[in-house]
Amino acid sequence: MRGARLAALAFVVSTVASLSLAVVYVLGGQAQLEGTLLGVGLGGLGVGLVAWAKHLMPTGPFVQARKVTLARTGEIEEVAESFEEGAATIGRRRFLARLLAVSLGAFGIAAVFPIRSLGTSPGRQLFHTSWRKGSRAVTDAGQPIRPAELPVDSVLTVFPEGAVGVEDSQTLLIRLPAGDYRPLPGREGWAPDDVVAFSKICTHAGCPVGLYRADTNQLFCPCHQSVFDVLQGAKPAGGPATTALPQLPLDVDGEGYLVARSDYTEPVGPGFWNRNRA
Amino acid sequence: MLKRLAAWIDDRLGAAAFAEEALNKVFPDHWAFLLGEIAMYCFVVLLATGVFLTFFFDASTAKTVYSGHYAPLNGSQVSSAYSSVMHLSFDIRMGLVIRQIHHWAAVVFIAAIVAHLCRIFFTSAFRRPREINWVLGMTLMILSIFNGFTGYSLPDDLLSGVGLRIAYSIAISIPFIGPWMAFLVFGGKFGSPQIIGRLFIIHVLLIPAAIAGILGAHLAIVWRQKHTQFLIPGAAESNVVGERLWPTYATKSVGLFFGVAAVLSFLGGLVQINPVWLYGPYAAAQVSSPAQPDWYLGWLEGALRLFPAWQFQIFGLEIPNVFLPAIVLPGITFGLLYAWPFIEAWRTGDYAPHHVLDRPRDRPVHTALGMATLSFYAVLLFGGVNDLVAKWFQLPVESVTWTFRIMGIVLPILVGWLTYRLMVALRLDAWERARHAPSPEPVLAAAGAAAGPGSGAARWGLAGFFGAGALGAWRLLRRHRRE
Ligand code: FES
Repeated sequence: MRGARLAALAFVVSTVASLSLAVVYVLGGQAQLEGTLLGVGLGGLGVGLVAWAKHLMPTGPFVQARKVTLARTGEIEEVAESFEEGAATIGRRRFLARLLAVSLGAFGIAAVFPIRSLGTSPGRQLFHTSWRKGSRAVTDAGQPIRPAELPVDSVLTVFPEGAVGVEDSQTLLIRLPAGDYRPLPGREGWAPDDVVAFSKICTHAGCPVGLYRADTNQLFCPCHQSVFDVLQGAKPAGGPATTALPQLPLDVDGEGYLVARSDYTEPVGPGFWNRNRA
Repeated sequence: MLKRLAAWIDDRLGAAAFAEEALNKVFPDHWAFLLGEIAMYCFVVLLATGVFLTFFFDASTAKTVYSGHYAPLNGSQVSSAYSSVMHLSFDIRMGLVIRQIHHWAAVVFIAAIVAHLCRIFFTSAFRRPREINWVLGMTLMILSIFNGFTGYSLPDDLLSGVGLRIAYSIAISIPFIGPWMAFLVFGGKFGSPQIIGRLFIIHVLLIPAAIAGILGAHLAIVWRQKHTQFLIPGAAESNVVGERLWPTYATKSVGLFFGVAAVLSFLGGLVQINPVWLYGPYAAAQVSSPAQPDWYLGWLEGALRLFPAWQFQIFGLEIPNVFLPAIVLPGITFGLLYAWPFIEAWRTGDYAPHHVLDRPRDRPVHTALGMATLSFYAVLLFGGVNDLVAKWFQLPVESVTWTFRIMGIVLPILVGWLTYRLMVALRLDAWERARHAPSPEPVLAAAGAAAGPGSGAARWGLAGFFGAGALGAWRLLRRHRRE
């Protein structure tokens, strides 16, 4: 009888909870209460049903026979016979069957085209960003920047003018203390007033490299903790990244604003198979 | 009335024979057999709550200005997708609770699937004739993980946006076809506006339909082959011992559905999940830290973090770093899982049909391999939070990463060896016991009982259970060291 009492109690509690949910809803709703009342309403049903089944229904154990293997002897041979009978009539028309194979193949090729329409061709897209010779570096509010406006040891995320928010063009400006910066060979003159610019896309898996520690001149990627050494051309100094962050060649235009000398000279972001075939 | 309806249907379909068989069908009764059912009921909850969410979600990246009850973001530029999720969470009555139940259901769904998989593996339920269902189940697990990720990515918040960026980077890392594949899926270079709309239709139609179809086949095969059973008194290869579907098993199962839905409702109401308003809308150059995916992708995240900074060049072609941990490792993982029943049949030469389950101790090598593998993925999972661990212990991330790398190699060996020894000892112990007392011990109590008389595992609750288990295991191992 305990089962019956428990089940009855559970159903009553469930009913009360469900009705209370209606009240809460009408009064404007409240997420925690809604979840709790839903839980009690459903839980009461669950407890009631299980208690009912456990205590008041036949639990056996019942025994039922089972076939260890489902196959019956001889049946598969009959199937094979029927199939081969049919197949033989097809096989007599060799030429037709081959033609069918060819036209199915051709259709397979035709079916590729809609899939091709799903996206643009990668082509050289992964090798370029929106930076061009003379693109002004602007903040995400579209503000151009003079080197002197940047406090020493600060970082700022910029985009090329006209392409604010474009993912592959996000770039970090860092103003280094005067004299700290030694350009890598071939990168002389890329850092007017000791302002350097690196791609903000982590070369590991593409997260924005968000954190800069001025005391060690290191950039950190929060996703898998890659570390990049800014004074060494942002080459990886820890974590899983294997390639340096590409550097954007900077210059100053006639009005004193920071501009790019060109696009990045290597592909930005994580690697792909033909990255080195620039 | 009901009788007349039944007669009407039977007249048209001749369904009476099937119904008669169905009502009397016997199902073995064991708590571990409910794991798959729990997963299935999570799927039902996912469908019900998910349909509700689709009525409010706007799968578009078009820019709009958010205005609603969440003041801190009022007036900011966000995508329509993000705005609609905010609207659903703050302005639609019961919207938030249903969204959170949906997310919790997804998390529990995959957890139940993995637990179910472990149950199947450790009781060797995948052997002939159940290889097909193993393969179908594996496919269901992969589809579910994939759908979890697509759903997680829909709100277009900062956390999920970064997750998508990583997925794109992993895709382009595949040699030769990677960039093309990524461009076809994302509609071009990363950042093209199509992706949210595409993910939406994948998330709400393609994958759920596939899951529903495969799940149907999965269940139909269980029905046809009849469920496996433990070797309880009276059980044999040629029978099923348990409860009849009608009325007991069906009532219990419906009760379980309500129970699962109840737990998910409590979670959805009381435990916050995926608060997209705290992460903020996606913006290309922003990132939230620390950033972790849902748990079912934690092992992949861990693999990305723990894999050393290696990168290979072959004939001037690059194999990017992420290719190995994020494509090759899952490839091997799922490939091995798919092939496991066949590999094991081939290694053991056991091609006979099995309907009675083995206990883990009956097959020490098998169990040890399973535990070693599990421990490896557990290390990866914890590797996915190496930054949090480092913060917690006030250690440099680098040393935490190295610790995990070493553990990833040492722990599986240790766990495998220990499991093997333990299983062998348990088996010997069971044999001895069988020699002295004719009645077999209940399966789970053996370890606790081995701790000696009056260990009272039950009295001390879960901690006592594990404590007694560990003590028992220790004594067992010592006792059987010589054998
Ligand atoms: S994306 Fe930067 S470390 Fe992985």
